Amino acid sequence: MSTATLDQPTVKVESDPIPLSRLVKVELRKLVDTRAGLWLLVAIGVISIVATVVVILVADGGQMTHDTFVNAIGTPLSVLLPVVAILSVTSEWSQRTGLVTFTLEPRRGRTVVAKLLAVLLTGLVTIVIAIGLAAVATLIGSAIKGTDPIWNLGWDGAGSWVLVQLLGLLCAFGFATVLRSSAAAIVVFYAYTFVVTGLLSALAFYQDWFADLWPWVDLNRAQQPLITATMDGQDWVHLATSSGIWIVLPMAVGVWTLLRSEVK
Amino acid sequence: MITVEGLSKRYGGFVAVDDVSFTAKPGQVTGFLGPNGAGKSTTMRIIAGLTPQDRGTATVGGHRFADLPNPSRQVGVLLDASAQHAGRTGREVLTIGALTMGLPMSRVEEMLALVSLTGSESKRRIRNYSLGMRQRLGIAHALLGDPQVLILDEPANGLDPAGIHWMRGLLREYANRGGTVLLSSHLLHEVEVIADELIVIGHGKIQAQGTKSELLQTAGTFVRALEPDLLVSALSQAGVHATPSGDRGMRTDASPEEVGKVAAAAGIVLVELRAAEGAGLEEMFLQLTSDTQRENVPQGASA
Repeated sequence: MSTATLDQPTVKVESDPIPLSRLVKVELRKLVDTRAGLWLLVAIGVISIVATVVVILVADGGQMTHDTFVNAIGTPLSVLLPVVAILSVTSEWSQRTGLVTFTLEPRRGRTVVAKLLAVLLTGLVTIVIAIGLAAVATLIGSAIKGTDPIWNLGWDGAGSWVLVQLLGLLCAFGFATVLRSSAAAIVVFYAYTFVVTGLLSALAFYQDWFADLWPWVDLNRAQQPLITATMDGQDWVHLATSSGIWIVLPMAVGVWTLLRSEVK
Repeated sequence: MITVEGLSKRYGGFVAVDDVSFTAKPGQVTGFLGPNGAGKSTTMRIIAGLTPQDRGTATVGGHRFADLPNPSRQVGVLLDASAQHAGRTGREVLTIGALTMGLPMSRVEEMLALVSLTGSESKRRIRNYSLGMRQRLGIAHALLGDPQVLILDEPANGLDPAGIHWMRGLLREYANRGGTVLLSSHLLHEVEVIADELIVIGHGKIQAQGTKSELLQTAGTFVRALEPDLLVSALSQAGVHATPSGDRGMRTDASPEEVGKVAAAAGIVLVELRAAEGAGLEEMFLQLTSDTQRENVPQGASA
């Protein structure tokens, strides 16, 4: 590790680079060390609990299934977890902390990888807790209704559900690296999730040629069989191509520009 | 040691940094002086690897900043004290820095004590910090990794006079222990008191550089007489041009010795006679950077 020039280097270079594990630890800490970040995670917890309580109150005894509660929690989770991913990236620009972050570790790619790992780890832990919370809700709900708890999620169901949540996180993270603005990234992500897919479904309804093309190019559409647990070989290919368009491509473009851009 | 060679950076048609070369040596405070928008911050961001340059090289201790494995252990950088997450506490900012660099947490306490941020202040969120407190925090952050080189962009901004005095002492001591300090400012007086070497930049170009005494050699004489009118006429008879400067004072390009001889020969009482240090430098600064200055500075108003 010597790039010594003819001049005697006056600065002794420490041989130890910053390990990636340390960067991940720091990025995890940065998710919760501001009020905004902390409350976002608290909100996710509170809303998840509220969702289960509502289900217990309104659903009838036969619906006290693990699957019902997982889905009840999953909807708010898929709306809020991506915001955690977005803010992790965009706050470096909107709060201008990038000036310090990328001075502490000038190899920006490593910081981006650390952020991605921190966000995925947070997502994974949140999802596992959510499945556990859904199980507790199933027990409580069925006890209240006087029915037997129904454990119908299964490993396949749990796996699909985890994958759906993580794909949402990755998609949001990609948008964030491209846009590098909290507001813009959140708006674009929601617009894609809630508006674009609706428009595309209308297009598919009226245009036959697009109905066939749709699952290939729309990540949300491609995830439908995953949610309904009806994935077949073709569906996995759809998931791969649409992920390429909505996750891999934005992230590649975003990271490429992020590594070369000026940090002000 | 910071070495900058032939550095250039252009934004569209605007040349922000134009073929800038200089070195900042160990054991010295190097003042980087220029009006707002002269290219100081861009140059510093290039050194810290945050802005890609179009041409030229910038190295710290013989290495590109981006090649340093854990750069903050060698180079302390403060580019903008306000560029911090408003919702983070001051202590948390230092904690994140110490964690990233791999330092013991005791270092956070040491740095808070060094910059006189109290325990309760350090637990406040940065949105509630004054600019002066942000600067102190930024200086603490720059010094966290015990670096041999400091790069500080406008660190005196927002500090009160006592704070500026404190910072001067801190940086003087740091340089005396062999550290390299590159410090920018748009205010001459701030830099001139502390810097050993001065680099004056305007329009993206280096306008003058050298030790303070080198730059002062050409500065002439400041003189104050009991009866200034008599002195002006005596000087003009001796072929020395003098411009009025302040209360009964005037400045000339002649040496103090020459002026003293003229006054003695004419029997004029002088109340002050000295090399026109600061004032001369200030005139130079204003002159060199006048075309980049937004305000029109009336001549002679600089004393």
